Amino acid sequence: MFPCCFIRRSFLSSVVNVRSGASGLGATAPGSKVTAGRRLFTSQSLHRAAPLRPTQPRCRLSELPANGAWSTGRRAAGCRWSSNRSSSNADFSSKIPQFPTWEPVAESQLPPPTKVSLDLVDKLERLALVDFGNQEGVNCLEKAIRFADQLHVVNTDGVEPMDSVLEDRPLYLREDTVREGDCAEELLRLSKHIVEEYFVAPPGNIPLPTREERSAMLKHADF
Amino acid sequence: MAASSSGSSTLKRTLCTFIRYRSVRCVRQCNASIRTVCTSGSTSQLQPKIQSKGVSSQLRGVVGLEIHAQIHATSKLFACSRVAFCSPPNSSVAFLDASLPGTLPVLNRRCVEAAVITGLALNCTINRKSLFDRKHYFYADMPAGYQITQQRLPIAVNGSLIYSYFGGRKRNQVLSRCVRIKQIQLEQDSGKSLHDDQRSQTLIDLNRAGVGLMELVMEADMSCGDEAAAAVRELQLILQTLGTCQGNMSEGQLRVDANVSVHCPGEPLGVRTEVKNINSARYVARAIDYEIQRQKKVLENGGIIVNETRAFDSKSGTTIPMRDKEGLQDYRFMPEPNLPPLFVYEDEASVPAGVNPTQVVMIDRLKAELPELPGVRRARMVDQYKILPEHSFTLVNEDGLTEYFERVVRNTKAEPRKVIGWVMKELLGNLNQQSLKLAQSPVSPEALADLLNVLESGHISSSAAKVVFQEMWKAPEKAVEQLVKELDLGLVSDREKLLKICQKVVDTHPEQVHVIRAGNKKVLNKLMGAVQTETKGRADPVQVRAILEEMTS
Repeated sequence: MFPCCFIRRSFLSSVVNVRSGASGLGATAPGSKVTAGRRLFTSQSLHRAAPLRPTQPRCRLSELPANGAWSTGRRAAGCRWSSNRSSSNADFSSKIPQFPTWEPVAESQLPPPTKVSLDLVDKLERLALVDFGNQEGVNCLEKAIRFADQLHVVNTDGVEPMDSVLEDRPLYLREDTVREGDCAEELLRLSKHIVEEYFVAPPGNIPLPTREERSAMLKHADF
Repeated sequence: MAASSSGSSTLKRTLCTFIRYRSVRCVRQCNASIRTVCTSGSTSQLQPKIQSKGVSSQLRGVVGLEIHAQIHATSKLFACSRVAFCSPPNSSVAFLDASLPGTLPVLNRRCVEAAVITGLALNCTINRKSLFDRKHYFYADMPAGYQITQQRLPIAVNGSLIYSYFGGRKRNQVLSRCVRIKQIQLEQDSGKSLHDDQRSQTLIDLNRAGVGLMELVMEADMSCGDEAAAAVRELQLILQTLGTCQGNMSEGQLRVDANVSVHCPGEPLGVRTEVKNINSARYVARAIDYEIQRQKKVLENGGIIVNETRAFDSKSGTTIPMRDKEGLQDYRFMPEPNLPPLFVYEDEASVPAGVNPTQVVMIDRLKAELPELPGVRRARMVDQYKILPEHSFTLVNEDGLTEYFERVVRNTKAEPRKVIGWVMKELLGNLNQQSLKLAQSPVSPEALADLLNVLESGHISSSAAKVVFQEMWKAPEKAVEQLVKELDLGLVSDREKLLKICQKVVDTHPEQVHVIRAGNKKVLNKLMGAVQTETKGRADPVQVRAILEEMTS
């Protein structure tokens, strides 16, 4: 789907960071945060319109690690999980702008819009195990692509692609010690279906049902 | 859930599904394993042309392996949860392993070191910079919907593994081979699924989810099951020596997938099948040989080989096609945005300023700590102690046996070549008979050395020494001298006594004496044997021979 690309700029705050990637239509929403120079777009409105399922908290744009807590990568996963974002905002002077600013890109500057065929939708649904539901869902997908099209306007001549905005920093390596994990009860509480201490999932590795069957199934799905 | 109401029956059912699951576990795992490596060559894979019958005899097998080795570490690759075997389901799962929102991966230094150590031991080039990628696929035992792996730039590349196996017509020739290691990559293991077909549900245990794996990709340099099995055993031994993986195949710590194809030498490679579900080195050989034969037969009968995944069924010794996902899997690889590149450094001097040298991985340090590798050790054994190569294999294969052997050698005047005979025959014979491990041996290396010293001094005969050894096995607290005395096994070298016994033997074997006197000196050995029977093997053979020769002349 969308390539995940990072484009090198002189400093962190002017980095174009498209976080949608292939999963943008599945488990995670097309949460993208685009900062090009002083331009900044958010996909908040787009996201709200999208009938994406499952809707999980991490789909929300606001949950994306966009503050100082993420920038060093030095904290243990457990700490980050429980960390209070607002307090860490106070502690860090984030290099990422705190408030969005934007100016719209003219349609004329964009490439021709992409049309998504039903066959492609079918393939995507199979890959991502999501249901676009109806024409409205497909329209939304096309809108998402259109939104991403704005990236074509960004001039990337002579700019080397980068994997991560932190690629010049050493990756922190932790000690091989056990500090978490004994929380089966807590985790199992999050699951709708359990058997003894197991999570329960639908059977896997079975031939996927046809388009019609699948939409019927998803509507009545227990899982 | 209806199941949760009836406790014991549910448990029984769970166990059943678990057992069923064990047999498909590798299959599942393989879904996670990288397919890209192989697909790259798929365009050049052609059906070997069989113009006439008889060509099939020219067909040769081509085998490549992909091996997943679980890293021996306390905690998982990216989370601080314990790497635990056989613990209650979901009892060792961090929030990251369950893919809860807001969690981020933090790399375990031990896992990086293990991969570097393994790479060094396999003559790999260690990439100073390596990258992590997401490989997407949907399966309930991988809740994130992707596996973090190293697709673009793995931690180690371009290595080699030298292995030996017994070949030739009598399987007594040591043949040495080399297989190239394409790459070693760090990646996450998946959880385990227990399939319950009756209720149409899958039970998920995430204890294994996130455990560090090293995936080793071997080039298709092997041609038969024996070679592949030997390569796997050698790798297993190396990993165990390094301590980077415990290497127990039946417990899934080492999982082997084989890519098998056949072609006529000199021609492009044939279409390959992947064989999964192989959980012992012996089955590696059987599965591959079966698959090569099957493919030859298909081509011989004018059929074509389909690129498919097959599972090995150890009961029937055959491979059977697996229900594969329709069409080509699209893993939608993308850079892992939460992990900056991983850097390892050559030495302390190359660590950049501002980076704590105690927190980084340094290659020269790990290199200095590399233990003696099995291949080097075998060569040293043959060279230093002048023992047979096949004995050096046995010494290295059995955990701690080399150390045992060397301790005996240090403590005895006996030749190492004599010592090895005792270690191979008496010690291992007894251990195997009682299915004991070396550590459980009642006879210590020092005690064996004592026995060999007594034997060497000429105080007892070698057959008597064997009796003493069996007694030592039964009563390890007794000293060798004490046993020799108690069993009255001391060598009889009293000439008077020997004369008497020899006379008796000569008297009771007139025919043999007659033959000897007629010129057939070989028959003297029969009389020697009779004397030894009389003395329970305690007579000094040199003296006895002299006496008998005298009496029969």
